[in-house]
Amino acid sequence: MRIFVGIAVCCLALTSCNREKRDLRPAPVRLAIYENAATESPLEPGGSKPAPTVSNPYHGTAYDISEGQRLFSWYNCVGCHANGGGGMGPPLVKKAWIYGGEPANLFDTIVKGRPNGMPTWGGRIPEYQVWQLVAYIKSINQEQPIDTLSPRADTMETGSQNIKNKVPGATK
Amino acid sequence: MRTASNRAAHDSKRLPVCLRHLRIAATTAYFVRGSVCAFARSQSVLDPAGPQSMHVFRLWSWFLAILTAIFVIVLALTAWALTRRHRGIEQEPLERVHIPSRETERKLLWTVGSGIAATVLILFGLLIASVTTGKAISELGNKQNGMVVEVIGNQWWWYVRYVNDDASQIVVTANEIHIPVGRPVRIRGTSNDVIHSFWVPELNGKRDLIPSRITDEWIQADRPGRYRGQCAEFCGMQHAHMSLWVIADPPDEFEKWKARQLQPAVDPSDLHLQAGRDVFLKYACVYCHSITGTTANGQVAPDLTHFASRTTLAAGTLPNTKGNLAGWIVDPQTIKPGNHMATLNLKPEELQPLVDYLESLQ
Amino acid sequence: MTPLVATPVREIDDDRERRDLERSWRSKPGLVGWLSANTHQKIGMRYIVTAFIFLLAGGIEALLMRIQLAKADNTFLGPDRYNQMFTTHGTTMMFLFAVPMMEGMAVYLVPLMIGTRNVAFPRLNAFGYWMYVFGAILLYWGVFTNTAPDMGWFAYPPLSGPQFSPGKRVDFWAQMITFTEISALCVATEIIATIVKQRAPGMSLNRIPIYVWSMLIQSFMILFAMPAVMVASTVMLLNDRTIGTHFVNPWAGGDPLLYQHVFWFFGHPEVYLIFIPALGFVSAIVETHSRRAMFGYPALVLAQLGNAFVAFGLWVHHMFATDLPQIGESYFTASSMMIAIASGTQIFCWIATLWSGRVKMRTPIYFVLGFIFIFVLGGLTGIMLASVPLDLQVHDTFFVVAHFHYVLIGGALFPLFGAFYHWYPKMTGRVMDEFVGKINFWLLFIGFNLTFFPMHILGLHGMTRRIYTYPSEMGWEPMNALATVGAFIILLGGIVFILNAVNSRKNGEEAGPDPWDGGTLEWATASPPKDYNFLNLPAATSRYPLWTDPKERVVVTGLDDTRREVLVTTLMDAEPHHRLVLPGPSIWPFLTALFSAIGLYGSVFKFSAYYVAMLGAFVGLVGWFWPRRREAES
Repeated sequence: MRIFVGIAVCCLALTSCNREKRDLRPAPVRLAIYENAATESPLEPGGSKPAPTVSNPYHGTAYDISEGQRLFSWYNCVGCHANGGGGMGPPLVKKAWIYGGEPANLFDTIVKGRPNGMPTWGGRIPEYQVWQLVAYIKSINQEQPIDTLSPRADTMETGSQNIKNKVPGATK
Repeated sequence: MRTASNRAAHDSKRLPVCLRHLRIAATTAYFVRGSVCAFARSQSVLDPAGPQSMHVFRLWSWFLAILTAIFVIVLALTAWALTRRHRGIEQEPLERVHIPSRETERKLLWTVGSGIAATVLILFGLLIASVTTGKAISELGNKQNGMVVEVIGNQWWWYVRYVNDDASQIVVTANEIHIPVGRPVRIRGTSNDVIHSFWVPELNGKRDLIPSRITDEWIQADRPGRYRGQCAEFCGMQHAHMSLWVIADPPDEFEKWKARQLQPAVDPSDLHLQAGRDVFLKYACVYCHSITGTTANGQVAPDLTHFASRTTLAAGTLPNTKGNLAGWIVDPQTIKPGNHMATLNLKPEELQPLVDYLESLQ
Repeated sequence: MTPLVATPVREIDDDRERRDLERSWRSKPGLVGWLSANTHQKIGMRYIVTAFIFLLAGGIEALLMRIQLAKADNTFLGPDRYNQMFTTHGTTMMFLFAVPMMEGMAVYLVPLMIGTRNVAFPRLNAFGYWMYVFGAILLYWGVFTNTAPDMGWFAYPPLSGPQFSPGKRVDFWAQMITFTEISALCVATEIIATIVKQRAPGMSLNRIPIYVWSMLIQSFMILFAMPAVMVASTVMLLNDRTIGTHFVNPWAGGDPLLYQHVFWFFGHPEVYLIFIPALGFVSAIVETHSRRAMFGYPALVLAQLGNAFVAFGLWVHHMFATDLPQIGESYFTASSMMIAIASGTQIFCWIATLWSGRVKMRTPIYFVLGFIFIFVLGGLTGIMLASVPLDLQVHDTFFVVAHFHYVLIGGALFPLFGAFYHWYPKMTGRVMDEFVGKINFWLLFIGFNLTFFPMHILGLHGMTRRIYTYPSEMGWEPMNALATVGAFIILLGGIVFILNAVNSRKNGEEAGPDPWDGGTLEWATASPPKDYNFLNLPAATSRYPLWTDPKERVVVTGLDDTRREVLVTTLMDAEPHHRLVLPGPSIWPFLTALFSAIGLYGSVFKFSAYYVAMLGAFVGLVGWFWPRRREAES
């Protein structure tokens, strides 16, 4: 009887490993742009080569999705993309991505920048933060496991969390 | 340092028995010293430096004296109850019906009744003392020559803004508050994220910083000095490392400090410092931090315009030295795991000018 | 139907009654029988053992914390782990140990003390236990999968809200509260019904043992206090996190202080829920071991009642730092100080009883003395905390940690250990070793004071709570090191207790029904009691039935022993009213709890799992209440 309980406990320990993982000290690896991983067209002359698979190390991790949400606001992605609906920039909640919607493509977009206004973030913010942003974008597209879905930001209005805008007499 | 235990180790080859005694003495001394002397430093309720905390200290002393006396009395009564020898005449009723005589019951009724009456009176007295002290403390505010400092709690640092109707007189800084000695200062507090609590024990009690609400308290330092404070409401991963310093300067020094703070950042004079500024502007620093006089205008992290004038970094976690700063920039997550500063991958030739530049921002 | 008759004890013929009672009250064999048992001794014992396991778990968490804090800048536990430790420690101790333990002791003792055979709702009793177990499993499933809550045991938003606590940690915590709260409500309901309706004939309200009064009062408090924590944690916080409400979201019109008010409206009475049964323990121990009827019975009862009422008017003293209006805060200063009058009255009455009794210095009395020392000290620091200016300095520091451990450990744990030593002979038939018991006491007493007294000093010197480390320049290390040493002494005391309990089971002196010459009804039956408690239900002719002349003792005859029948009496004077048939063993409480638990576990992840829970509970309850033909046991 006790053995079964012990085994059950051990099995339980295997669940939720990924969702609750918190890597508080990720290595600030030099930003890599993965060769061939992020292609914008499925056509290749001479037949397609097997592409290296690049996956988001933070897929399914609630903490990093939450960090991505924070960075999305702090790095002012909201300035162009609002909270996914777009404005000056294209919406980020969609099926048809201009430059590809796979994690490797999203990584590429953020790192390299894109024509018509997407800044080049490569070389400025560390790689792990780019992956956190990619994880967040996937979560607002409902492509993360359901129990890690991005916690709703307590405020959806751009900038209104910055209390300096609310305190009477606040200027700077 | 020669301590009792060092001496003991030295003597151990010759006097093993004494060694044990000396070790015990050293350990006791360690604890006694720890309980008494080592606290004569900062962040102590028992070391008031202003009128508000002095009121609290006096109230505390009264409460301690009266309540300790009550404690001793109750224990003494209990001990006496156990040692009381019964006279034979009391035993007989107890043997049969387990109830003592009527006289005993009556005596006990009177004693217990007066005990309860005394309790009520003492509690009323303490209540009145407490409420009058609270009123006295709140009346210490509302002074005409007060100053308003806005403190906004963030995870895990303090945004500080000296409020002024004249916009050119507003000072913005972080984690360190300078106040003039003898002048009441109103801390107007709120929070940008979770509930924090502003607490500088040597000056006054704490006030929670609650998002969407503004809380108020008055502090005043009556002697110059450095007073350490700490966040006193659990606010997440690095609640332990969210401290602040309130530095009370004589009035003229305060004015000098303020005048310097109102200046924009020192323009880097030589190429080395300019390179440092370029590193700052090139990397992610600008997305969060601001330095007046440059294009950096991030709002979500401490203002660094006069970073070098502050005595600590990372909200009181480390002394502000070049070595600590370099370590902090390169690896903030080891010093304060979970904090919101990005771990950048700077080259050594970029780090050095950056550190020098930041430490030039007096 | 034979009429009820009050018969002197010496005229009873036992054998056939004994056989019939054993047959109708025994449990079914095997695993199914174990899961369907609902006699109060079994369920009570399960509560006690399970809650004790969680006392140990909470103690381990505390030790880990103390190891981390023993040294400045220590790296034994990182911030995430440490935050999980202190949250789980508080949650375990408050929800999984303290309240269930008090409930379990009541479930075991109250029917014995009032002279009945089982609680009024046996299946509800079992259901409550299973819900408690499932709630505990939920929380500890989280602990073992890095999903332990980490936001403090009171989980203030916005920190515990969706933005600042990612993942499922807070959700596990909030849903665990649902389970433990339902469990507490079940026990409260049945205790009230049992005490009000099933007392021995003649046990009028002024003859109820003081412990039974404590449990009656505590149960009413549960009914009023527990729903508040459900509202705070499940309705407000959990819904904010999972379905997009904004009850406590300050950026969308909600208010974090609303959560604090509702939580503390529960939270303050919660500590009195833990404390008031302990007062009952102290009364029982003091009157038995000083072999004297308790002095000031009406005063004690009224004081406990006063405690209960006033406890609902104190909650804002947890919120003095939130800059609420001064007039309002002063009211709570007044009520927080005034509650000391009720506690003080009781202390004085106990001292008076000790003074005028013939005290036998046995281990339970040692624990009562320890209680007086520690609880009074804690109560006095509580008076300090009631004062707003003082509280604003020491709130959220180790001073408060010291205070509440003094009142909770001194006020509840020491009486609990005294109760263990006092009723162990009744529960197991053997007496615990006296000498080892005294060692146990001194280890706990010295260890406790060594651990928590320095914390007063630490708090006054600025050490805030819930910090995973501190710099060495603050000078806090020596006191912290001392506290850690004390913690290990407490551990030693705990180990000694377990060894004593386990060893005395086999080698202890045989107790017989009444080793202490007690006065109340639980001592009138075998140790351990049979499943049916009493061969013939006793009647109570005075407050201390066993201290009355044996010639005047009466019992009840005429109940049908071939089924689980008890006597229902009136509220005020306990005159016999009618006979009640209690249900036999049933698997349905377990199944209802299981089905509901599956649904409630799922609701942490998906809201629609609530429908599974409702459906499951419906199926379980249908089985539970399915009418059964009344059959005589074959």
